[in-house]
Amino acid sequence: MSFRARHLLGIDHLKPAEIVTLLDLAEEYVALNRRTVKHSDVLAGLTQINMFFENSTRTQSSFELAGKRLGADVMNMSMQTSSVKKGETLIDTALTLNAMQPDLLVVRHPNSGAVNLLAEKVNCAVINAGDGRHEHPTQALLDALTIRRAKGRLQRLTIAICGDIAHSRVARSNLILLGKMENRIRLIGPSTLMPAGVKDMGVELYEDMREGLTGADVVMMLRLQRERMDGGFIPSEREYFHRWGLDAEKLALAAPDAIVMHPGPMNRGVEIDGTIADDINRSVIQDQVEMGVAVRMAALDLLARNLRAERGAKASGVMV
Amino acid sequence: MTTLLFQNARLIDPEAQTDSTGSLLVRDGLIEGISGAQEAAPEGATIVDCDGKALAPGLIDWGVKIGEPGERHKESFRSAGRAAAAGGVTTVIARPDTLPPIDTPEALEFVTRRAADAPVNIRHMAALTKGREGREMVEIGFMTDAGAIAFTDGVRVVTDSKILGRCMTYARGLDALIVGHPQDASLSKGAAATSGKFASLYGIPAVSPMAEVMGLDRDLALVDMTRCRWHADQLTVAAALPAFQRARDKGLDVTAGISIHHLTLNEFDVGDYRTFFRFTPPLRSEDDRMAMVQAVADGVIDVIASFHTPQDEESKRLPFEAAAPGAVGLQTLLPAALRLYHQGGLTLPQLWRAMSLNPAKRLGLPSGRLARGAPADLVLFNPDAPFVLDRFKLLSKSKNTPFDGARMEGRVLGTWVAGNRVFGEQP
Repeated sequence: MSFRARHLLGIDHLKPAEIVTLLDLAEEYVALNRRTVKHSDVLAGLTQINMFFENSTRTQSSFELAGKRLGADVMNMSMQTSSVKKGETLIDTALTLNAMQPDLLVVRHPNSGAVNLLAEKVNCAVINAGDGRHEHPTQALLDALTIRRAKGRLQRLTIAICGDIAHSRVARSNLILLGKMENRIRLIGPSTLMPAGVKDMGVELYEDMREGLTGADVVMMLRLQRERMDGGFIPSEREYFHRWGLDAEKLALAAPDAIVMHPGPMNRGVEIDGTIADDINRSVIQDQVEMGVAVRMAALDLLARNLRAERGAKASGVMV
Repeated sequence: MTTLLFQNARLIDPEAQTDSTGSLLVRDGLIEGISGAQEAAPEGATIVDCDGKALAPGLIDWGVKIGEPGERHKESFRSAGRAAAAGGVTTVIARPDTLPPIDTPEALEFVTRRAADAPVNIRHMAALTKGREGREMVEIGFMTDAGAIAFTDGVRVVTDSKILGRCMTYARGLDALIVGHPQDASLSKGAAATSGKFASLYGIPAVSPMAEVMGLDRDLALVDMTRCRWHADQLTVAAALPAFQRARDKGLDVTAGISIHHLTLNEFDVGDYRTFFRFTPPLRSEDDRMAMVQAVADGVIDVIASFHTPQDEESKRLPFEAAAPGAVGLQTLLPAALRLYHQGGLTLPQLWRAMSLNPAKRLGLPSGRLARGAPADLVLFNPDAPFVLDRFKLLSKSKNTPFDGARMEGRVLGTWVAGNRVFGEQP
């Protein structure tokens, strides 16, 4: 099998072949999920803990459903109400959990690198469900699967990523993944929302959205992360919508068969016009949600296989 | 008292900028003579055969954090003193950013008394404002009388320019030295890395190098206005150098230092969120690092120090942006500095100019040089001895070093303070 990772901490450490393996397996789970009886037992007997240090409804329920459909015992821990409030450190929390012998740990944390830190301290497989402004690998993978299904390929596409790039882990993981698969990436947004040094990342930068969208095959809108902005990145939401919000007029400049994506939750009328989001001919936003469950099933499945192989090797090693 | 004769030594003289073989005679704790020849031992003298190894003035480490009062579990005067002796540091200039800060003559008296635990010289800086809060100046006069060697609020910048200006004006009347931390506090708030491709990819809150330039510009303008004696604790970016050089050319009494970490590491060393590499200011680009090495060689940057900052394991076992900044450095200052020597960027006399002579001159200390009549504060070391650093073997109570597991060269063989051996085997 060409998927060798022990954890899924980011797209950065995946090889293109591993990405393809995961997407291929996810396709099988898309089929499973469309059946009336959506059940498999590949994770039967395994324990999956979802640990969310940051609020999330969509991602958490997607992971929960993915685990349950594969037969794992799934537990959700909302860390905002837990002992973290009582001063327990991240590592102590990890060690406590580790002692409960979970097999799969899904973690979201507001600090970049926190999931990497946690992964060093536990014996199970860890999936990063978003850390600070660093990575959100399953989002990039579900976006990739959505694109591959809609466009028939994941190479040589012109992909425009628009909006709050600086605060977005989705943008980071996506530009790494889409770059690895040899696509042309354009970043569009106000300079205040562009991360420093992005010029050196092999992407094209556009302040003017019309220019950036021209001829694009995929238009990926990002949420304006209002809760992360500690002040003054844009003058007002209405000016933002005027200059960087996706409306029919701007979308008309993209390729005629361009698809529109959004990781959700959407701010209608801020970064995207409601009618475009709902246009079933252009918007694949609902497909993204569907692919999310399938991709997470594939990720859990592959990591569980590697975990079993590792433990099996260890056990036989002891006997010899 | 005793007489000591160091024979067959490779003498590193930062004043004459020479690196030559010779012998050195110590009597009653002072250097009595230096000779290029093999001197005969006076009667009763103890002979130290240096076997061609390097003998240099002991290091003066300006800006060391010791956990007394308040955080003795991180570092005590005793543990810091032992680490200093083992690292060839004969004079420690302690920081006032303790809990509570050294902002009264009484607090200064306490640390002065506690410092007697250490086998090396310890001098104390005092806070510039009460509680390091940037609102009211401390009793600069009383504290100077009580032995404060300089005044600083450390990395907590006095943001109110009117208050800083008044502190400087008052300090000038007493000829007191103020140590500033050039940084625009609002721009660098919350930052844990230097902005650029690395920080963006890893999603670490970052600050532009310009925050240092802006802080420096403001401070230099205030120095120009008040004409006080001023020292920048750390200049770490090339963009800060022209303004600093202009201020000097104009005749302002200003000097600058840099940490050894900013001279030997760059932003990419953080790697996979390694918190031992978190510093204030954050590590810089490789271009900046190289420019700063050159600035030390050119004498634009005066002082290299370790900025020894002990942190317990708990404050480092956190996500990168939440982890406490700083690293221990008393024992790694010398071998880390020798990296610059082995790479060919700096000679040993140049390094010792920045690590002993210049801080001594700036702080009015008689040590830091190989001169007749100077205190016999000396370090004997083998600059070529290789080793792999094991952080748990460090003598500091805290083990937070970015050089853990690193290959280094340079081993201290002996350290003398006023002619008394404080580290190494008795001959």
